[in-house]
Amino acid sequence: MGDRSNSIRVKVSRGDDRGRHFDEFDVPALESQTVLDVVTWIQRNADPSLSYRFACRVGMCGSCAMTVNGKPRWTCRTHVSKVLQGDTLTIEPLRNLPVVKDLATDMSEFFDKWTSAESRFVPTKTREDAIEIVQPATKERIEADAAIECINCGVCYASCDAVELNPDYLGPAALNRAWTLQNDVRDGGKNSRLRAVTGEGGCQNCHSQQGCVQHCPNTLNPTRSIAGLKRLATRAVFKREL
Amino acid sequence: MLSIRLYFLQRLSALIMAPLVILHLGVMIYAIQGGLSSEEILGRTQGSLFWAVVYGLFVASVSVHGAIGLRSIAYEWGRIRGFSLSLLSWGFCLLTFFLGGRAVYAVVFA
Amino acid sequence: MRAKPHRNHPLWYAYVVHRISGLSLAAFIPLHLYVLGLALERRGELDQLLVWTEIPVVKAAEFGLVFLLAVHLFGGLRLMALEMFQWRDNQKTFAAAAASAAFLLASLFLLRSF
Repeated sequence: MGDRSNSIRVKVSRGDDRGRHFDEFDVPALESQTVLDVVTWIQRNADPSLSYRFACRVGMCGSCAMTVNGKPRWTCRTHVSKVLQGDTLTIEPLRNLPVVKDLATDMSEFFDKWTSAESRFVPTKTREDAIEIVQPATKERIEADAAIECINCGVCYASCDAVELNPDYLGPAALNRAWTLQNDVRDGGKNSRLRAVTGEGGCQNCHSQQGCVQHCPNTLNPTRSIAGLKRLATRAVFKREL
Repeated sequence: MLSIRLYFLQRLSALIMAPLVILHLGVMIYAIQGGLSSEEILGRTQGSLFWAVVYGLFVASVSVHGAIGLRSIAYEWGRIRGFSLSLLSWGFCLLTFFLGGRAVYAVVFA
Repeated sequence: MRAKPHRNHPLWYAYVVHRISGLSLAAFIPLHLYVLGLALERRGELDQLLVWTEIPVVKAAEFGLVFLLAVHLFGGLRLMALEMFQWRDNQKTFAAAAASAAFLLASLFLLRSF
């Protein structure tokens, strides 16, 4: 299929957790081509039964993450030219999550852990109250702002050994989100959330390997956020609140 | 696997040991010249309250620190769970504490 | 020996070094304490064991042990600083410094042992 020099050899993981194998495809090489473009080309032109997930194609929605040549990446903003090894591309589903089919993972546990970490805003005001002014230059707001741009793509979750080896561990994304809320002056759920993120699968299970930092497509730093939670937890243990 | 209290104990024991280990490294590098003998070691330690406190604190801390560390590794790399996991960490803690206590007694008081 | 691609970065290796050194120390320290305890009853046996430290292979092993202890110490201090203080971005530099300092100390120990 096509001239080798103008095509990419693509190995795509097929099947689900009951059995997986690789299918190989030759895909025409184009300028400024992304990995998601390659997957889409295969599904439209070579094998319509290929399953994968995407939505926005511009790095906003966090649904197209896959393992590309062994590393977790957002495929819509990963250029083929940046990751090609020789003329070969190996595309697999994200690690640490059950595979629904081919390149689509079941992200239920990833989002369930967000809920377990109480990573949702707890309002403290009613519509009768004046809008609270959040000062951008405060220490808390700077910490929150540094961690807020998460798109829930699951790349950090897939790169983490603690997640892989400890099924209870809440993971970098959920804990990172919890940290932003612990620094939100408007939030009213801090005590309960601190207990949630220091429970069985809590922040203390992080080994600071920083794979999450290495791979986060939005260049966030979950290790830094988790270290912040560890400080809050240590303080609470000292005060006998935990 | 690792409760927040165990995490806290792990860091606390580490902080206690850090200066003691630095001291131990210093003494080792100083004392190794000219070889080691029981006479030299005991001459330094016997009847010394200072070394009793240093080694006593170290033994207590390392029993806890090692036990918690082993617990994490056994859980994550060894897939050990439940009672076996507790047995392993408590076993290490008590054994090390016993052997360490005996060693401190030997080099300081005997 | 090479790690899988997603693990192939310096701080993952720092984690492995910390874990392996910790595991080795957990094996060595009880043994070390046991031997010291011998000084209580049988001082002669301790001296017999200490004679072994003149053998080059044992000296190399001691170099290894000093390195493991020092690298676990400095690596641990790095981790606790990371957790307790304001975040610093030069984590890889700190990890490299910890490994270098440990190697330096172990080398100093080896040089003085001859």
